[in-house]
Amino acid sequence: MRHPARWVGLGVIAILVAMFVHLLVTNDRFRWSFIFLEYQDGKRGVMFTEPVLNGLRGTILLTISSMAIGIGLGIVIAIMRLSENRILSSVAFVYTWFFRAVPRLVLAVLFGNLNILWERIGFGLPFGTQIGKLFGLDGFDGQFYSIKASDLLAGFVAGMLALGLSEAAYMAEIVRAGIQSIDEGQSEAAVALGMSRGQVLRRVVLPQAMRVIVPPTGNEIIAMVKDTSLVAFVPVTFELWFQLQQVSARTFVVLPVIVAALIWYLILCTVLMVAQFFVERHFGKGYGAAAKARQRLRDIQVEQGGRITGVGEGP
Amino acid sequence: MTATEMVRADNVHKSFGSLEVLKGIDLVVKPGEVCCVLGPSGSGKSTFLRCINHLEKINAGRILVDGELVGYRERGGKLHELGEKDVAKQRRSIGMVFQRFNLFPHMTVLDNVMEAPCRVKRESKAEVRDRSLSLLERVGLGEKVGNYPGQLSGGQQQRVAIARALAMRPKLMLFDEPTSALDPELVGEVLDVMKGLAQDGMTMVVVTHEIGFAREVGDKLIFMDGGVVVEQGTPRDVITNPQHERTRAFLSKVL
Repeated sequence: MRHPARWVGLGVIAILVAMFVHLLVTNDRFRWSFIFLEYQDGKRGVMFTEPVLNGLRGTILLTISSMAIGIGLGIVIAIMRLSENRILSSVAFVYTWFFRAVPRLVLAVLFGNLNILWERIGFGLPFGTQIGKLFGLDGFDGQFYSIKASDLLAGFVAGMLALGLSEAAYMAEIVRAGIQSIDEGQSEAAVALGMSRGQVLRRVVLPQAMRVIVPPTGNEIIAMVKDTSLVAFVPVTFELWFQLQQVSARTFVVLPVIVAALIWYLILCTVLMVAQFFVERHFGKGYGAAAKARQRLRDIQVEQGGRITGVGEGP
Repeated sequence: MTATEMVRADNVHKSFGSLEVLKGIDLVVKPGEVCCVLGPSGSGKSTFLRCINHLEKINAGRILVDGELVGYRERGGKLHELGEKDVAKQRRSIGMVFQRFNLFPHMTVLDNVMEAPCRVKRESKAEVRDRSLSLLERVGLGEKVGNYPGQLSGGQQQRVAIARALAMRPKLMLFDEPTSALDPELVGEVLDVMKGLAQDGMTMVVVTHEIGFAREVGDKLIFMDGGVVVEQGTPRDVITNPQHERTRAFLSKVL
């Protein structure tokens, strides 16, 4: 045999895998039928009961909505951070500082309790009541539209805001890294063609930055799927982990419920990883095998002390 | 309106911080002329070129292209910088080709050429497409329209970059060391395209080290060093009979 160590390693792995499968199959405390088939008389397996499926829907919805806030706001904050305007860039800096410094769990609880600050939330003039008093109007509050705070800032919305606003801080840093990774010559060429700043960003810089942005964003989305379980502390009940915990509390079955949750999270993240593969392929246009091969060739030349072609020195 | 001067620079100054790069440049390029700019690196020639389309803001003096002040508006004897939109509008009619091509790597060759006329000028797509295809044909890349820049050689990329600039129908073309990043055997194909352009009457300002090109195609040659124009004249005169010591020293090194 040419590689004895390799075969030994293979053998060890085979034994470990066999032991794991053996555990899954023979240990009846997993209670697979509880998970998949029937958890109480006449009911479906715990993975597929109505409340758990609703929780799953909530988890998906929460992931999508908070990531939408995170990505949208993150792009805006990244652009602000890179702006030449000092005020805009400092606002962006303070934002990222705050939301990266506070743990998501704390944020979730905080947002769940923010409605203590206000009775009602609405749009209006700042210092409306005080201005009203100034002009002798007692009932004036300067509000155009308002709703009860506890209606708006509770449950799902509070959880979504806590996760979305926190995510925006991380996404802002990812987008900033992406934008900064693009050669300055790209925006120069675009500007020289008469493009506006917005066009340069939309048509030239961001599409290229996406190559750098997509992989860490995939990470963020997958992390978000799992972080949605934090909103149980808002509290939000419309969520997978909370719903499974409820089953556990009702039936006193612990481990199979955890395994059920684990399986659902695995499925969700697998779907996301497949999606990421296709998104990456889309934004990798123009960086195909030929370009890669050429780059590799160039790298080899450099390693061997040869000259770099195609990269000139500035004046 | 066609002015009798396509480019006019009066006493142009430019500093980066405390470093003064341009110390009073004067230049006139007439329509249809090819003006080559020669000089050692660090002489400010690229910076000057970038001032012509306001990629760099000048600190003093003025630059006019086709009779129009670039980047500024004169009101009451004072210069006010133009807004982003107005500068962008001026840049549409000034094509620029860069040393490192700067093609958009995520777009095909054809899309690179079509991008600006479609997005900036909002011309009809079909018309731009026809024009772009014939431009690419003209620079000898009719076969490569569907390729991505990463699949092309440096010389081919630079020819696409020229076609991309021409697609905006500029009245002036600026070339910033267009062949300096190329392998020697690829320089010729780019220079050939530029010669063709010159023969068609395009006004060009070319920063270059290609003395042969300057002599053959240039109507005018300026030699810059240390942020000033040391010498100017017809290429033949300057190259064969330089008046200044610095010009002589530079030419003796590159020839």
